[in-house]
Amino acid sequence: MKKKSVTKILLSVMVLLVSVAFCACGSNKSTESSETGNSSSEKTTESAADDTQADAANSDTSCFTVGMSQEISSLDPHEDTDAGTRSVLFNVFEGLVKPTTDGDVTPAVASDYTISDDAKTYTFTLRDGITFQDGNPVTVEDIKYSLERSAEMDGESSALSAISAINIVDDKTIELTLSEANSEFIYNLTIAILEQANDANQATNPIGTGPFKVKRFAEGQYLELEKYDGYWNQDLDCVTSAKFKFIADAEAAFLELQGGTIDMLTGLTNDKVQALNSDYNVVESTMMLIHGLFLNNSYEPLQDVRVRQALNYAIDRDAINEFLFNGKSKIIQTHGYPMITAWYNADTEGTYTYDVEKAKELLTEAGYGDGFDLEITVPSNYSQHVQTAEIIAEQLAAVGVNVTINQVEWSAWLSDVYQGRDYQSTVIGFDISSQAPSTWYKRYYTESSNDFTNFSNTEYDELYGQALATVDKDQKHEIYNKLQQILTDEAASVFIEDPANLIALNKKYTGYQTYAVSAIDLSLIKLAQ
Amino acid sequence: MKYFIKKIITLIITLLFISLLTFTAFSVIPGDAAISKLGVDASPEAIARVRAEYELDQPVMTRYVHWLEKALHGDFGRSYKYDTMTVTQLLKSRLPVTILLAVMSFVIIVVIALPLGMLSARFAGKWLDVLINQLTQITMAIPSFFLGIILTVIFGLVLKVFQPGGYVSMQEDLKGCLEYLILPAVAVALPKIAMVVKYLRNSVLSEMKKDYVRTAYSKGNSVNQVLYGHVLRNALIPVITFVAMVAAEILAGSLVIEQVFSIPGMGRLMITSISTRDYPVVQAAVLYITSIVVIINFLVDILYQLADPRVRTA
Repeated sequence: MKKKSVTKILLSVMVLLVSVAFCACGSNKSTESSETGNSSSEKTTESAADDTQADAANSDTSCFTVGMSQEISSLDPHEDTDAGTRSVLFNVFEGLVKPTTDGDVTPAVASDYTISDDAKTYTFTLRDGITFQDGNPVTVEDIKYSLERSAEMDGESSALSAISAINIVDDKTIELTLSEANSEFIYNLTIAILEQANDANQATNPIGTGPFKVKRFAEGQYLELEKYDGYWNQDLDCVTSAKFKFIADAEAAFLELQGGTIDMLTGLTNDKVQALNSDYNVVESTMMLIHGLFLNNSYEPLQDVRVRQALNYAIDRDAINEFLFNGKSKIIQTHGYPMITAWYNADTEGTYTYDVEKAKELLTEAGYGDGFDLEITVPSNYSQHVQTAEIIAEQLAAVGVNVTINQVEWSAWLSDVYQGRDYQSTVIGFDISSQAPSTWYKRYYTESSNDFTNFSNTEYDELYGQALATVDKDQKHEIYNKLQQILTDEAASVFIEDPANLIALNKKYTGYQTYAVSAIDLSLIKLAQ
Repeated sequence: MKYFIKKIITLIITLLFISLLTFTAFSVIPGDAAISKLGVDASPEAIARVRAEYELDQPVMTRYVHWLEKALHGDFGRSYKYDTMTVTQLLKSRLPVTILLAVMSFVIIVVIALPLGMLSARFAGKWLDVLINQLTQITMAIPSFFLGIILTVIFGLVLKVFQPGGYVSMQEDLKGCLEYLILPAVAVALPKIAMVVKYLRNSVLSEMKKDYVRTAYSKGNSVNQVLYGHVLRNALIPVITFVAMVAAEILAGSLVIEQVFSIPGMGRLMITSISTRDYPVVQAAVLYITSIVVIINFLVDILYQLADPRVRTA
């Protein structure tokens, strides 16, 4: 009798919980199907889900799956997003031109373009027969709409706001006039061309002109892409379906790689690479990131160039590289990307060698012989930056600089350090969001909104002002070389390295290539023979 | 009935209080939803546009009142991060898997822990008890993160009976989903089993020292009769409280396990939304957890009565 009531209690608990679960599942399903009736965008995802089930059996071998540490932040290519999102959407959307692996651009939606001698008028010819992924032809109106939309979303400070007029010459030709001469403007025209008819649904129902279209976005899980049959370049020989899978935890991602759930994983550490068996190829490249200790030039001790130089001498870049990346990173001394040789000033290399005595001398000269206090604010979610800060703290202690490390959350870092400029120094990395070199050097121009280090140098500002209007390539190179030299000589910050990026690729697939911009180009990936 | 109403009023007051607390907390801590959405090099105009869109330029109290008005009509707003989804849609997509995982782990916990705890108490001091004791000690000491990794390595890479990260949603494939969730459920359950076993064992042993047990023996009952007929019912009361706490905890979503096994559940949603300052989602998630705790407390009160009719709810 009494025994029974005990079991009764246990049973009732279980029944309760199980029924709660089933209620939840049931209601979820019914709401989903009722929503399908209402909006057309939901419908596409639903039917896509059915497709997934249908070809689940044969998709195992042909679906190329990439592990991503961060989720896609938006499917709208005109939103400002993180590098991860850009590297995925690269496959779905194209601009008038698209990036190439060596840091240049090649015609995409436009089949051809001309730049006037004064670098003020850009004329594009629309590619013959090009279509959006829903089958509709791309028109010059769509181009105009896309450029205007992007410019409006980014506001006055966007690169596209330099366009003073968009002139539709005929239904194959479009002409952009700039308010000021800008010989680098072509790099901004990688901005996605979208369909005007899809205006209300750009974020929910993405339609581009790229080689892959979005098949299914399961938020929190993955983004599935499939090859677009009507793509303008019919010569592509690549995988037909691909998945970008979000795995927040690096250990879990590595297990999934080894278990064969994902075929490619970027940003591996050296010890993980050592642990991989022969089923994988490892591609060594760099992250295209300026990794450094960025100094707030307004913080009193750091206002003195000698102090900044002293920090440059006191930090052992090789030790950081050795510890974090097994010496595989590329050491830098300026804000330049060594892999993009066209715009990189290699002469800056070797300016500051690790020299404690020299650093002490400079500090004494500047009146800080007894050292000073320096706080390094670092985003806690990037272990790489935190570790770098810890190594730096130790190295600076040797010259008497008393470092405290302040770990903050990423959103706090963005609003306080980057936007608010309320910090002394910070460890961070800057990737390439635009291929136009002027955007990289704008960061040190006194007037810019993103001059978060408060670096200010008259010569630099003057040179920077000339860069955009200069059409001649050699002259342009010279200006950018000089800008980089100034950043080194003035020790704007402590530039450390372009970190190594170790990428593991399952041997089933070949063809991966690194881009200067964030891109995982699926159209190059094929099944190995 | 009166008791019901009282409980519901408590729930409402708690929810109001918690929601206000979350709102103020988020306005105090640094970080900005617009900046974290738009990223490092967003233009000031773009940030202003998004801030206006989210009403972030309004004072906290105005926003709270707005939010409350809408929430009372069942509208929890739109997620900032996933701007194409409403909070309700987002929770609906995340809740089922968390609940399923919780139920599976809970069943495993109850089915394994109760018999083990009773066995351990029945043979207190004997080799079986010592063995169980050692095992629970070890499982309690393993961090769940590590446990998840170990299980994945053993079953996924060595035995190859489990596909690491091969999660499929239950809408797509219910059977596949259940199969995938077994391992995570075990990972969630193991440390809890250890705790429940220890708790039950100690509870039973302390009951065994009481006078009524001697009386029961003197009436000629066997050890088993005493244990299951008299002691268990009394010993269960503190255990129910403990198990209820465990249930609330796993229903809130086990962040670590969800992370290790790539399961898109409540725990992961909670962390992502906090780090991206996705207020509407955080609000809703906090309310969900609060409700779970309050409701489970309520169920526990009812269970007390079933276990011991002397407990009366006045």
